[in-house]
This record gives sequence, C-alpha cells and structure tokens, in this order.
Amino acid sequence: MNAKYTPDVTIPPSTQREGVRSEPRWIGKSMKRVEDPRLLTGKGKYIDDIVLPNMAHAALLRSPYAHARIKSIDTSRAKALPGVIAVVTGREMAEKTGPTASFSSPPVVQHAMAVDKVRHVGETVAAVVAEDRYIAEDALELIDVEFEELPIVTDPMLQAQARGDAVLHPERGESNVAMDRTFTFGPVDDDFARAEVIVRRKLRWNRSEAQPIETNGAIADYDEGTGKLTVYCNTSMYNYVGWLCSASLGIPATHLNLVPVIAGGSFGSKLFLHKIIVLTASLSRIAGRPVKFIEDRLDHMTTADVHGCDRVYDAELALKRDGTMLALRYTVVDDYGAYLQYGYGTHGNTFAQIVGPYRINSVQARVVAVLSNKAQQGAYRGFGSEVSNFVIERLTDAAARELGLDVVEIRRRNFIRPEEFPYLIPTGNLYDSGNYEKVLAEALRMFDMEGWRAKQAAARQQGRHIGIGLVTCQERSTFSATEFWSLNPPDQAGFTLTSSPEAVSMRIDPTGKVFVKLNSPFWGNSPETMATQIVAEALTVEPSDISISYADTDSGFNGTGPGGSRYTVMLAGAVVTAVKTLRGKLFKLAGHMMECAEGDLELRNGKIGVKGVPAMEKSVAEVAIASHYFRLSFPNTPEFASGLETTAVYDHPLTTMPAADRSHLGIYYPIMGHMAHATAVEVDSATGKVSILDYVAVHDCGTVVNPMTLDGHVRGGTAQGIGTALYEHYRYDESGQLLTASLADYHMPTAHEMPADIRIGHVETPSPFTEFGIKGGGEGGRMATPAVLAQAVEDALSPFDVRIDEVPLTPIRLRELVRSAGKT
Amino acid sequence: MSEQKYPIKVTVNGRKIEREVSARMLLSDFIRQELQLTGTHVGCEHGVCGACTVILDGRTTRSCLTFAIQVDGAEISTVESLGTVNNLHPLQSAFWEKHGLQCGFCTPGMLLTAKELLARNPDPTREEVAEAISGNLCRCTGYQTIIDSIMAAAETLRNAAEVQA
Repeated sequence: MNAKYTPDVTIPPSTQREGVRSEPRWIGKSMKRVEDPRLLTGKGKYIDDIVLPNMAHAALLRSPYAHARIKSIDTSRAKALPGVIAVVTGREMAEKTGPTASFSSPPVVQHAMAVDKVRHVGETVAAVVAEDRYIAEDALELIDVEFEELPIVTDPMLQAQARGDAVLHPERGESNVAMDRTFTFGPVDDDFARAEVIVRRKLRWNRSEAQPIETNGAIADYDEGTGKLTVYCNTSMYNYVGWLCSASLGIPATHLNLVPVIAGGSFGSKLFLHKIIVLTASLSRIAGRPVKFIEDRLDHMTTADVHGCDRVYDAELALKRDGTMLALRYTVVDDYGAYLQYGYGTHGNTFAQIVGPYRINSVQARVVAVLSNKAQQGAYRGFGSEVSNFVIERLTDAAARELGLDVVEIRRRNFIRPEEFPYLIPTGNLYDSGNYEKVLAEALRMFDMEGWRAKQAAARQQGRHIGIGLVTCQERSTFSATEFWSLNPPDQAGFTLTSSPEAVSMRIDPTGKVFVKLNSPFWGNSPETMATQIVAEALTVEPSDISISYADTDSGFNGTGPGGSRYTVMLAGAVVTAVKTLRGKLFKLAGHMMECAEGDLELRNGKIGVKGVPAMEKSVAEVAIASHYFRLSFPNTPEFASGLETTAVYDHPLTTMPAADRSHLGIYYPIMGHMAHATAVEVDSATGKVSILDYVAVHDCGTVVNPMTLDGHVRGGTAQGIGTALYEHYRYDESGQLLTASLADYHMPTAHEMPADIRIGHVETPSPFTEFGIKGGGEGGRMATPAVLAQAVEDALSPFDVRIDEVPLTPIRLRELVRSAGKT
Repeated sequence: MSEQKYPIKVTVNGRKIEREVSARMLLSDFIRQELQLTGTHVGCEHGVCGACTVILDGRTTRSCLTFAIQVDGAEISTVESLGTVNNLHPLQSAFWEKHGLQCGFCTPGMLLTAKELLARNPDPTREEVAEAISGNLCRCTGYQTIIDSIMAAAETLRNAAEVQA
C-alpha cells in the first residue's frame, strides 16, 4: 500500500473567535425574512422601477451573424427619427471608452459594443438613445450595417484547427485555443500503474444559464457640472472591482459612483455586469441625459455574458478491485464562447473539490479552454464545480457497475473519514471539516431505498421503468480570489490578487438602534435577514432594533459580494469584528457610568450588565444617548469620543498561495459543505419523459443560521439542477445561431416539472475556521441534482443497457438512447 | 412626437383613470410607466414567465401581451390592490410565513394568480395549486413553498369566511 499523497501545504491556524453557541437565541432560527414585506407589496424598487428626471431609454442593435466584419454602419436614417437623442456605434463609443475589464491573462479584449468585428449572434453593434424605448427600438430598424461574413467554427473539439479568419482573437495566437495546460497533482502515473480497474467515460455537459426572471439593467446619470457618473445597477461585485468600470470609461474612480439596487435573482448571473455599466455610462456621457437600459429577454439570452459551462470530458478513474479509488485523470474541453471575462476561474473552482468526498490520491487534468462564436460564459450556481460533481459521480457509478458494487457502498468505502479533517486534497485545497457517513445515514433514513427497490421490481413486471439514484457531493464555499488566476500561465499570471474580504459598517444611534450598512447587494438571497440574525445574536439586541442598508461605491469599501456561497460566512466574520469593537466602547462607557471595571461587564438582552449582579445594568440605549450627547460626563480622553460607530473588514479566513510551479494551488475554497441526494424517477420509454417520484436532499453546511432560507436554497438549487439535467440547453446550430433564444424554447421547470415534495434533512458539522462554525450553502441542490438524476435515469433504463453520458436528458435524447438500444 | 394617442378609461385598483395612450403601448408599460405602479414586473415580454400577470375583469392576464388600448372600460387589479406593508393580505402573509419568495420578482404575478384561483376554488388541492401557477415561472424557490403559501392562505381565507358567515 502506497502512502497517501499530501500536497506541500501548511494549514494556517484557525482565526475563529466565536465558536458554536450552546444556546443561540437567533442563529438557527427560521426567522421570517426582513426583506419580504416590501417585496410582497410591490415596493421592491428593482432597477426598472427607478425613474430619474429627464431620463432617456436605450435599445441595442444586435448582430444577426455569429462572426462577421463590420464594414460600415450608416446611422443617418435612425438619427433623423423624431424622438431619437443619439445613435452610437461601437467605433464611436470606443473614441472615449476603452475595453471592459477582463480577468483572463493574457486578456481577451472585449468592448461594450463591437468595434470592428462581431464574434457571436446578439453582440451589440450600435445603440440608440431615445425619449422612450418604443422609439429607440423603431430606430434600430433604421440603422444600416454592412457585414462581411467570416468563417465559423462551432464544434469545441475543432477549435484547435481554426486558422485565418476563423480565429476570433488573432492577437492571442493562431487558433481558438485560449489555454491548453496539464495540471498534475500527486503521483498519478504510479496510482494508475497500481490500479486493478480503470473506468473511462466521455461525458458532455451542455450550456445552460441562471436565467433569473429579472434581466440585467442599469441607469447611468452623467452630471456635467461635476463630471461625475452615477450608475444604478443590479450588479454585485461593485465594491470589489467596480473601479475597473471607471478605468474602461477613462475617468478616475472618484468620478463613478455605483449604486446597488435589489436584484430579481442572480444565481451568479449578475456577478459584475461591467459591460452594461460601461455601456450605459458611456451612452449617458454622450447623450448628456440619464440613460436607462434594461435587457429584454433576447438581449439577455444572447449577449448578457452569462452562459454556463459547456464541457466535454474524457475522464478515467483508477481503482482497486475492492472499489478503493486511487486516481482521477481527465481531459476537458470547455467552450467559453467569444470572450473570457472571468479567465479560467471555473476550472480553478473545479479543482477546489475535484476528488469529491472521496480519498482519491492523485489527479491529473488537461484543461483545454477554447473560444468560439457563441455568447461568452459567466457564472452560474456552481461556477464549474457542479459539472465536476457530475463527472466524479458518473465515474463512481461506472466503477460500481464495472465492479458489481452497490452505488451506496462504493461511495461509503471511499469517504474521507471524520478523523481525517482538516484534509488536504491533492490539488492543495483544504476540506475544513465533514462527516459524510452521517449525512449518508440521514439520507438513507429519510429515503426508503428498499421500498423503492421493491416498487421498481414490481413496476418492471408491468413494463414500467422506475430508477433509483443516490449521490454524495461536495459544496465548497467561501471562495478566495486566487481561483481567478491560479490556472493562468505562471509567466503570465496577470493580476494575482489574494484578497476577497467582506465588510460592514455599524452604528448605534442615540436611541440605541443599530444601523448596519452592507457592502454587497441583495440579489435574491437574504443578506438583511442574515445580518439581522447575526447582529442580534452577537450584540444581544432585538431584530426590530436593527436597520440594514447598502453602501454605494462612494461610501462603501472592501466588499467582495455574494457568490461562491461566501456571503453569510464572510458577513458573520465582519459582524463579529464590528460587534467586538462596539462592545468594547459600550463597556468602557458603561463601566464609567456604573463605576465598575470593564472586565466585570457582559452583554445580556440588549443591556450591559455587571456579571453576577442582575440589578446592575444599563441598556444599550442608555449608554448610546450618553455617548452621543453627554460628552462632559466622561473623561476627556480620546477613547470616549462621541458616538458609537465602526467599520469592520473580515478577510478570507483561510487562503494560502499556489505553488510557483502549480504542483498545488494552495488553500482557496476550504469551507466545505457536503450533501447526499437520493431520488426515484420514472422514465416513460415511449416518450422519453422523466417524472420525479421522490426526492431527498440532506445537506451539511455547518452551523445553520436560518433553516428556512437554507431550505429555500436547497430546493431552489434542486429546481435549477432539474432544469440543467432534463430540459435546459442553449443550443447553437452550425452557423452559430442560437436556437433556444426565448423562454418558449429554453425550457425551465414549471411547477409541473417539480417533484411534489423535496424532502430536506440537515446535518451540522461546524467549521473550525469560521465564526459560529457557519459554512456557505447558497449553491444548494444544483451541485448534486444532475448527477443523481443521471444515475436514476440510467438505472430506470437498465433493461435497455443505456449509458447516460450527457445532460440535459431531454425526451428526444432519451428516446434516441432507447431506440438505439433496439428495443424501441 | 407625432404618434397618435387615443383616450382610454380604466379602473385600476378601484381608482378611475382617464389617459391618452398610443395604440402600441403595452398594458405592462401603461401600468408601470404611466401609473407608476411598479409592482407589476416584466420578465420576458413574450408571455411565458407570468411576472407581469394582472387581474383584468376578474381573470388573470399577461399585461405584456395586452395593449393598453384593449382594456378601455375594464377593471384591473395589480399587486398594489392586495395589502400594504403594515396590513398584508392573507396571501402576502402566507408567502412571508412559508418563505414563498426569495428574489420577489415573480411574486406579484404569483400572488394575483393565486388570488384568482382562490376566488374560483377556495379549497384547492396541492395539485390544483400547482396547475394554477404552472404558467408562472419562479427561478428561486422550486415552487414548493409557493404552493405551501397558497394552501396556507386558502385555509386562512376559509376560516375568515366562516367567522363572517
């Protein structure tokens, strides 16, 4: 037996200050959401609800071609239309506005509007600003563009051979391969050499999208007097990288204020929205009026830069005959589309949990990132790891089949064991804590495996096809910035940032109310509720005494924003710091007021009291009013300065640098959640329809802050996973036309497609590294659902001996499989 | 602008309104932009998502597939007709209680669709609720808690009706 391979990574000590509370008052409660009343009554103030005086409206002319040179654009007829304020081509916009930010290195140059070439259908060619959207869209039809069509390669496997005019970005080299690198983590050759069984699968994950019901939008307001732009947008990372938009606009960051508005869903898709911010800002500057642009659904689907992963895997898993997993090796080709805004981050993400919950000793991956004449990828719930979960689980199922092992048993045999945590995986990332056997046991307790096997056998007698699935998957949470660049070529690593902090500012007013300002927006999650519960817990005040607001870039700082299931963990860290500071000052003031030592004081139910002396206490409000208005009652030293306020930044709790040679990637995504999903489905072999008969999801996200909202993420993620697994597909034809560019063609689950009851269980294995032991859980069910449905459908169709190697499992695809099995 | 406008009279949330509209103005834009009732949301503008649902003469309608001029003389209810933050309608309370919303964008359409259902069928089964909301897309919840919410609201409304009777 070879020794376990451990990457050369030193685990930093924990910086946790607040452990798991023995008797929490607010953490762990299904508190009703603070956000809801205004949303329920139609008072949410989403981006399209904001109206500025003298506001004009923009519409965009979209390219009908997937790849073409723009020979000429004549805007004169459009400009002559009454009500049109400005018509702007990409070339005209580029006179003052530079390319949009790119996290890839070397960068792939993208402009908010195409300058001389369009590279995908829907890419913006020109913009009209008019008195209303109707006129703006009328004017689009009056713009005359002469295109010269260029060759198109749509097959990701052929992009390496693209030459000449078929190359999208010739300045980056003479093919459409953006990166082709092999990463080796551990003794993969040795592990394959000692393998007794190798299973191999070619797997295909097609592109889908978050598809929030609200599209993206922005309103830009250029103030000629100050030269300052104010942009309202349903964006997210504005306090992290918003200043990059000012760089695109050629203005100092002081001259751009990004104001967040609540978002009608994101799931990753509203992560940054730099293109739309730069576009509206630029148009406002040209038109001299506030300009609103809201994507219509076609804009969104073709050019919002939000498509999900589009991967082809050729993957092998090496095992011993008893089912022990040894090593994973794969080549993946990922079709990123026409641009590369987030670099190879989705594969960095994949490497964070590439061994799943299993003791796989080594990993080798050849990552081939290609560019194509399709919309570019953005972020979608999972950011790449939902795909690798599917791949790992498919290989595990294949191994079980090959070895004649039960699908549950092979997983159990390979689990990392509770005593092995914190556990370094071959890529260098750390799994902080976990108890996978316990999660599995809970799933098996809730899901009647034997009962379903009996029903399956009975149904087979009647010619019906019931299938059962069970998978065990990771949900890494709390991303750190190194994943954005660690896969870049080391000699061209780009901007190698290492910070991904989160911040709050907190103030107690003279009446004792607590004002908390977040540096990240609401995008459908529950930031106000999370902040309220955590502040109430830490400061022992009532939720009704807490008020939450959102900082813009003028007043905000150091907030990375939600994404990668990080926000609750990071927010809790910032809140703990802020409360510690405020508590210190409250104690100082109260100690003076009650003439006792600060060390004798404690916080209890919104009061500062002397330990062990119930009668000796002052409410937060009593101390607060003294602090604000009675300066002369306190010593004339700086620590008693008037007011109670603080700003607090919490840095990522556990990040280390990648190795210079990328033999490991360091620790960057260590707060590791886990889930077991089990399901029973029925496949109608005559129509290819899949019905979900039962669904159990057991998640371990460490300490749960709000079970109700966490369940919401699990169920909502599962619904999106069902869409990815069974229905949703951005399908392009050979000429690069998007064939599924409406919600009538792009099929999201409705209430009919959902199981009647997604039954949820929780196990709580706290993180030893985060405040209160919280782990992230925002990506929810989508991390496991495609894998479990693939297994269940394969099981259902086992009489036909088909393999499920591709999602979505649309009826037509299942029918093809059944038909090719020769049994109709 | 030279676009011809036509007078319409409508009752919106109990308020009588007279306006002039262009023939092509969508009802959704009329409600949102002319009347500033921004609780009605626009998600797809091709009639699939249901976020823009309003109640038109007692029946739910996609306001993005309706021209304002078509509703001359009609009675329209939007989400603003239900309750206020301090006095929520039982449907709104139930959605709050049962976590029937996350981002809230589809919620007005869901609420009005549910209102229409319960007016017609005060004691629906879960399957009937699922059927009723199956034309409204929600991307956050997976629908289950929306159905929970509507079932809970139905019970509250039935109990209230019994007390009154």
